[in-house]
Amino acid sequence: MKTCKTQMPVRDPEERARDFGEVALGYTEELAVAEAQRCLNCKNRPCVEGCPVNVSIPEFISKMVKRDFEGAYNIISENSSLPAVCGRVCPQETQCESKCTLGIKFEPVAIGRLERFAADFHNAASPAEPEYPQFNGHKVAVVGSGPSGLSCAGELAKLGYGVTVFEALHIAGGVLVYGIPEFRLPKEIVARETKRLEAHGVTIKTNTVIGKTFTVDELFEEGYEAVFIGSGAGLPNFMGIPGENLKGVYSANEFLTRVNLMKAYEKDAQTPVMRAKNVAVVGGGNVAMDAARTALRLGAESVRIVYRRSMEELPARKEEVEHAREEGVIFDLLRNPVEICGYLNPADPRDPANGFVRALKLIKCELGEPDEKGRRRPVEIAGSEYETEADCVIMAIGTSPNPLIKNTTSGLEVNRRGGIVVEEKTGKTSREGVFAGGDAVTGAATVILAMGAGKTAAKAIDGYIRSKVQKR
Amino acid sequence: MFEIVNKVRLNPGVTMMDIYAPPVARKAQAGQFIILRAEADGERIPLTVAGCDPQRGTVKIIFQIAGGTTLRLDNKNAGDCLPDFVGPLGCPTETDGIKKACVAGGGVGCAIALPVARKLASCGAQVDSVTGFRNKDAVILEREFSACSKKLFVMTDDGSYGKKGLVTAPIKEELESGTRYDRIFAIGPLVMMKAVVETARPYGIPVTVSMNPIMIDGTGMCGGCRLTVGGKTRFACVDGPDFDGYEVDFDEAAARLSAYRDFELAEREKCCNLFKKEIYR
Ligand SMILES: Cc1cc2nc3c(=O)[nH]c(=O)nc-3n(C[C@H](O)[C@H](O)[C@H](O)COP(=O)(O)OP(=O)(O)OC[C@H]3O[C@@H](n4cnc5c(N)ncnc54)[C@H](O)[C@@H]3O)c2cc1C
Ligand SMILES: Cc1cc2nc3c(=O)[nH]c(=O)nc-3n(C[C@H](O)[C@H](O)[C@H](O)COP(=O)(O)OP(=O)(O)OC[C@H]3O[C@@H](n4cnc5c(N)ncnc54)[C@H](O)[C@@H]3O)c2cc1C
Ligand code: FES
Repeated sequence: MKTCKTQMPVRDPEERARDFGEVALGYTEELAVAEAQRCLNCKNRPCVEGCPVNVSIPEFISKMVKRDFEGAYNIISENSSLPAVCGRVCPQETQCESKCTLGIKFEPVAIGRLERFAADFHNAASPAEPEYPQFNGHKVAVVGSGPSGLSCAGELAKLGYGVTVFEALHIAGGVLVYGIPEFRLPKEIVARETKRLEAHGVTIKTNTVIGKTFTVDELFEEGYEAVFIGSGAGLPNFMGIPGENLKGVYSANEFLTRVNLMKAYEKDAQTPVMRAKNVAVVGGGNVAMDAARTALRLGAESVRIVYRRSMEELPARKEEVEHAREEGVIFDLLRNPVEICGYLNPADPRDPANGFVRALKLIKCELGEPDEKGRRRPVEIAGSEYETEADCVIMAIGTSPNPLIKNTTSGLEVNRRGGIVVEEKTGKTSREGVFAGGDAVTGAATVILAMGAGKTAAKAIDGYIRSKVQKR
Repeated sequence: MFEIVNKVRLNPGVTMMDIYAPPVARKAQAGQFIILRAEADGERIPLTVAGCDPQRGTVKIIFQIAGGTTLRLDNKNAGDCLPDFVGPLGCPTETDGIKKACVAGGGVGCAIALPVARKLASCGAQVDSVTGFRNKDAVILEREFSACSKKLFVMTDDGSYGKKGLVTAPIKEELESGTRYDRIFAIGPLVMMKAVVETARPYGIPVTVSMNPIMIDGTGMCGGCRLTVGGKTRFACVDGPDFDGYEVDFDEAAARLSAYRDFELAEREKCCNLFKKEIYR
């Protein structure tokens, strides 16, 4: 048996770092089968425990050994509504693959890559879709078209509900379209998912902000019997250091939205984005990696990640960190920004360069005592400040919940941070008939958790509406 | 799709349109805005709701032809459709408890100021309005303003219509002669709003200003519209667009508006050539 994962073909770093085409090319049939054969098919199935939605992993892999890829896909889709997405973006190394028995001695089975292959195989073959039941006479509203909203809508449609998804932006998909870049998750995959839902009778209403265009109360008045809120992680945080409002400072959300949603990378784009020379990205998560690699692709000469802890604590998916390094992203670890310095020409107040970013001032850190989560706390080293040249600084340091829906929905309880409070097993909120899930509840998390929360809530919504019907 | 049901040129550089968008028409209040795209793949731009007709389901927008997107928008005609039109966004203008107000509009800012003046008048407040323009050709909405104002001062930079001078001149005169407004609403270019704040300062009259930073989503997701207000970072699309004029960092806001100057110039030129049009200044 091979001790290492079967390598997945990826494009050459030099070439791929210049365009927005997908980086990882996926397995061929032969590679997929070879990797599937590494699975020990253990009885106790530890990997399934590691999967937030408990996909029957050994079962789908054994189908792949027999080259029954469609069968493998069917097993995955029993638990996951977005396999082509999750196979690409899940942090497998901390989930299923971290529990793999093989992984104790060798490299774990490349479960994510196999999932991706099964999903891509299915999509390429585009077999006939199963028939969904007739409309059961009950309408449900879903707020937000990210993974949580889409999976909730999909599950409810399967049960015959009339589902309308309300989305604030002009395209459905949430972070999958405006956040995660094309080179990691082609937008075509997301579009296929939303089209599939529409083919099954789900209505997607873009350009509709719940809390503004309609309130949750008005949705009930319109005849929706339940509402699912999957409105995402919310407003970007800033550090509160001097210079954050200079020209050339972006939140990662803004930078990525300009590029992904508004296609600012295309030649004839009508939305601008700064094409900077030296870019500094503050933060260490997936969002930071995506921003850094996007900046490279826009033509930056140098891109650095500024993170206050060390490589070990970096929260991004390992594969993305690897890819970023290969492409030439510099990692400035154990550094914290203290100031963003602007350009000002003392001789000429009308100099067009005035007010743009010139440099980022950093302070060195060392790791101190572990915090309550067990991560070692960064401690700044006094007097170690220095400037690094930068004409663009991107802040990827997290988000805070958007208060819009809370402020316009009476009886909806939120926690101290502003996240919507739900009963974990059902997604039920404090307001009758209102359910919630995904980043709006947990704060910024993962696609798979959001998807799982959407499915859980769909089940609970079904139960809720059934019990109401019985009482009538 | 959102149909343009009516289009009127108010002056060579300013166009008014009524757009069919019933949910927005039902909800929008003075001070709120919409975001639209003039064509698929177009930029998202914010425009203030200049009025609406809930019965007909239409929303009025009045825009200055300033660059690429507004040129593209102006190139559309009644019967054409816009791919995207979302709103109402932002907070409505606070007018509670105001008995006597001055509403000052500069240029196309008058389109934003008019619903505020109307709302105040309909709540029973006494409204004095001051509108300022470059010259006679640029004057818009005079009839509409005089219908809801006790006094109306129309000002032009060159004196070709109304009185010669800036909007601050009649405000200053009124304040000097003892008029005590509960609040002044200033809506227009940043320099004009800043000047109104300075005019009101010696008299301690509160000033509400309407900010117009560059936006994308308009829902609080991107943070691109941020401003410094009272030393704190605020997002204009969710916390505003109205703010206390004494607290706004106007210089920073002005600097941020010029972030994409070169790109905008190129887009503008491209569209001017495409539509064989010039930007009226
Ligand atoms: C750049 C980036 C990279 C990421 N990379 C990964 C990764 O590699 N792996 C991973 O697992 N996770 C990753 N994540 C996290 C993951 O994308 C999110 O956890 C997930 O998308 C959350 O899904 P959601 O359905 O809760 O919300 P979202 O995907 O945020 O969708 C919410 C939707 O609701 C809409 N909305 C908000 N308010 C309203 C309203 N009032 N009315 C109507 N619509 C509204 C929004 O416009 C949005 O479309 C990444 C996130 C980002 C930003
Ligand atoms: C809340 C709000 C309400 C507004 N209401 C009105 C209105 O009722 N009537 C009106 O004529 N104008 C209004 N504006 C300004 C209007 O949005 C801009 O004139 C328009 O975006 C210009 O786009 P353009 O492509 O035609 O021109 P560009 O050449 O791109 O820009 C011209 C100038 O407009 C500003 N601008 C550019 N892009 C944006 C953007 N995405 N968002 C905001 N400003 C931008 C820049 O300062 C730029 O220098 C409003 C702006 C805001 C933020
Ligand atoms: S426009 Fe994006 S947060 Fe205001």
